[in-house]
Amino acid sequence: MINLSFPFTEEKIRALNVRDEVALSGVVFTGRDAVHKYLHEGGRLPPGVSLRDGILYHCGPVVLNDEQGDWKVTAAGPTTSIREEPYQAQIIKDFGIRGVIGKGGMGDRTLAACKEFGCAYLHAVGGAAQVLAECIRKVRAVYFLEKFGSPEAIWELEVEDFPAVVTMDSKGHSLHREIFATSQAELAKHL
Amino acid sequence: MNVLQDSLIELIRRTSAEIPDDVRQAILDSLEREKKGTIAESAMKIIERNIALAKQKSQPICQDTGSILFYVDSPVGMDQMRFEDTACLAVKKATKLGYLRQNSVDSLTGINDGTNVGPGSPTFHFHQQRSDRINVRLVLKGGGCENVGAQYSLPNEKLKANRDLDGCRKAILDAVLQAQGRGCGPGILGVCIGGDRATGYEFSKRQFLRLIPDRNPVPELDTLEQDILKTANDLGIGPMGFGGRTTLLGVKICAINRLPASFFVSVSYMCWAYRRLGVTLDAEGKIAGWLY
Repeated sequence: MINLSFPFTEEKIRALNVRDEVALSGVVFTGRDAVHKYLHEGGRLPPGVSLRDGILYHCGPVVLNDEQGDWKVTAAGPTTSIREEPYQAQIIKDFGIRGVIGKGGMGDRTLAACKEFGCAYLHAVGGAAQVLAECIRKVRAVYFLEKFGSPEAIWELEVEDFPAVVTMDSKGHSLHREIFATSQAELAKHL
Repeated sequence: MNVLQDSLIELIRRTSAEIPDDVRQAILDSLEREKKGTIAESAMKIIERNIALAKQKSQPICQDTGSILFYVDSPVGMDQMRFEDTACLAVKKATKLGYLRQNSVDSLTGINDGTNVGPGSPTFHFHQQRSDRINVRLVLKGGGCENVGAQYSLPNEKLKANRDLDGCRKAILDAVLQAQGRGCGPGILGVCIGGDRATGYEFSKRQFLRLIPDRNPVPELDTLEQDILKTANDLGIGPMGFGGRTTLLGVKICAINRLPASFFVSVSYMCWAYRRLGVTLDAEGKIAGWLY
């Protein structure tokens, strides 16, 4: 297990390899379909918000407001990342993102952007909404809540020991591409 | 009808937060099988911990609480419309209580009114039975696994799949290969051979009502189920597609009649977060027992 803590420097990210297990601590920003489309179309982040050297989490959390008016994340697993493939490479480039957390992996364009700009794809366990919600220590802020609705908003979250596996590194390796090739070859033997 | 409504809310709560025993056992068995110290084993450990945590906190196992599918065996003469109305109220309440995510979107306007009730949601499948009891089974099926379902029309030249059992095998294994870990594996396949496009998928989903360790009474289908399970696990796709020994936890296949001109193989994929429970209700609508 590799402890990956804030600040997420290019050096730390470029040292990661496919199959590395990481425990992530620091700030992550959620963003899914609406945010990707918005940023890709030239939309701006709210004043004072920067994703530079930041981590983007493909997630639509369930967030409740408690009696004190504080936000509490009650379920927060990853959503399928491949839907963001048309936008991701550009967003990594334009906003200087160092890590993308999601599930299911992404395609060749994102892999190329990870290599060129120094980013890694971190695969969280799909469906593990409770285990992952426990790793969220604090909701720091929320942006675009009215504009996109709760699951699609940008939630700024403080996480501690958030478990993920590097499945696409900044050296051009993709575990998804590798497993597809080996499983396809194995299947051919069984037909 | 408050008794019935309360019973259905309890069915929804438990289905969303608690994995059925047969699925939990299959997950524990696969955790044992994975090689120690691998990322596949780590993933299975997180899954096991998540199952325990969701039950303990009575919160959704997965934040995608899925399509809401009711399968109802009803006595002759039961008022189905009244049952539907009560079940819709139960779904609305369960959503307010956080057992279900606000998860149903108007396909034309994109508006999510937050109730989970609208055209096609929830879905009801009624069957009559000669008993005064009502059996209600509920399946909550998430979007990630629904998206990797596939329907094949045989013959399929690319797969060299003809209109026979070997052709069905090739189609089903192709669905497993294409899905990789994207359906949140290890998964369970529900398959229907035959039917039209709509009934094919409907019957494939109905297979999820079966218990994981059960065996198919039709010898050819039983052989095919065991073969697909073993072959899929030999592919090494593994939990979440990380590589590993368990790609599937189970395979359930049925065959229904088809038209001479059509030969569909419909494959539904269920994620490890296999939410399926059921209750028997007495004449008043009170829970008399649990079915899984």
